[in-house]
Amino acid sequence: MKRDRAGWIFVAPAMTIIGLFFFLPVAAAFVLSLTDFDIYALADLGNLRFVGLRNYGELLANPLFWQAVANTLYFVVVGVPLSIAASLGAALLLESRLARFKGFFRTALFAPVVTTLVAVAVIWRYLLHTRYGLINYGLGEIGVRPVDWLGDPHWAMPAIILFAVWKNFGYNMIIFVAGLQTIPEDLYEAARIDGASALRRFWHVTLPGLAPVVLLVSLLTIAGYLQLFAEPYVMTQGGPAQSTVSILYFMYEQGFKWWSLGMASAVAFLLFAMMLAVTVIQLAIARRRGML
Amino acid sequence: MKRLPASLVVNALLALAAAVALLPLLWMLSVSFMRPGEADSFPPPFLPRAPSLAAYKELFAHQGVGRDFANSLFLASAATALSLLFNVTAGYAFAKLRFAGRDRVFQILLGALVIPGQVAMIPLFLMLKTVGLVNNFGGVLIPAAAGVFGIFLVRQYALSIPDELLEAARVDGASEFRIFRSIVLPALRPILVTLATFTFLATWNDFMWPLIVLSDDRLYTLPVALASLSREHVQDAELMMAGAVVTVLPVLLLFIALQRYYIRGLLAGSVKG
Repeated sequence: MKRDRAGWIFVAPAMTIIGLFFFLPVAAAFVLSLTDFDIYALADLGNLRFVGLRNYGELLANPLFWQAVANTLYFVVVGVPLSIAASLGAALLLESRLARFKGFFRTALFAPVVTTLVAVAVIWRYLLHTRYGLINYGLGEIGVRPVDWLGDPHWAMPAIILFAVWKNFGYNMIIFVAGLQTIPEDLYEAARIDGASALRRFWHVTLPGLAPVVLLVSLLTIAGYLQLFAEPYVMTQGGPAQSTVSILYFMYEQGFKWWSLGMASAVAFLLFAMMLAVTVIQLAIARRRGML
Repeated sequence: MKRLPASLVVNALLALAAAVALLPLLWMLSVSFMRPGEADSFPPPFLPRAPSLAAYKELFAHQGVGRDFANSLFLASAATALSLLFNVTAGYAFAKLRFAGRDRVFQILLGALVIPGQVAMIPLFLMLKTVGLVNNFGGVLIPAAAGVFGIFLVRQYALSIPDELLEAARVDGASEFRIFRSIVLPALRPILVTLATFTFLATWNDFMWPLIVLSDDRLYTLPVALASLSREHVQDAELMMAGAVVTVLPVLLLFIALQRYYIRGLLAGSVKG
């Protein structure tokens, strides 16, 4: 009985904060998304009206919203596999028996993860500069003509993807390294004795052993990449020609530039619904394939 | 005979990957010591002709970056202290104390991990505005004070504390608070370092929420100040790189010093990044 009370006293402060500043606002966001909360309501709540699902209807009819969805999906569909491939490649190299200076390499490869996103996005803006950027300089050395990375609607999103892969691959690399360490050495020995090549060992031993980790990592990475915001904010401001407006960038502009807070809440909820749908679909596929 | 080339390939690839990871950071450092305008030339220079502190002087003397640095340092430290205060007691209680509704509440908390934080941002902004915490450090700190991830991290670690140890103390008549202070906290020390490192880095690097809550530039954190500076000073590569150095270097050094703890947290928390 005494311990019962102690337990509640120990969790109560944290639960109050999370309830008041997370669960309550999430519920309020849904209610808000059903209203026309705008700059007039911000000044006087008397101007607030309940509009049902009108915000959602307007969003689904707004080409810029669909553009934001398409841009974000482009970022996810291209960026996530590239990120995971880079992470896995780096993890395999780090875990190779032939690798030297593992501690140094691990720290070096992980370093971009802990850096401040805004600061490294600023760096990359200069690296991607059409005339003075190191990337075009390097490409020029091998005969590629300068690319207007952040100024060309076709190249802006690929440039952001390149940057995001550089910034994030170290995170999943660490998870893959831990996953690789759980695959029993005997399996590799047995495959080697059977005369399996390195590629076949990777395909038949490493990948199946890593399957649950790959699932986890892709769930987390997709969820993270759907929340694209600071990269376009700093590197392109959504441009050129709205080619890098992401869902959250769209939400931010709706909410805090135009003060359409009702509409912005509807955007947030649609993003949440998308994340939930992607997760559910992935888990269903994994279950069908017997991975869970 | 086949061994040598294979190991050469592996190590060369690792060196290449490390170069790709580090080059942007080294370039940032190098350009930050160039004179104004020096980086804008072709071919792009790798090293400053004559190292200069001009960009740093401009940043601290005229752009108020010293104040932004102090803001960031204060907010990250305060968020860390609050997070330790609230998450550790809760995480321990979820692991080791029995109370009605414990498991259900914990399940709900874990379920909340699928909700992106941005959903809460707009109503939270309005709530904080009503109580006068917009454009105030309190508004940045309150949501950072307790979080599901921190509670989960501490709980996982606290599960390994032997029950016998706690029972023995109870039999001796120690109060629950006394047990927490003199047995639990020392046992949890490694995970406290992990949680502190995580919270500090996350708060220091955070962008979207401080961007929304803080509108007065005297309250800006480094990332918010840097983003706003980069919109005004697009041409000044040296100035921007110096700003990036001031922002990135502290967290990079902190990570290098505490990386063992950080990696542990990353692995424990891969349920949610």
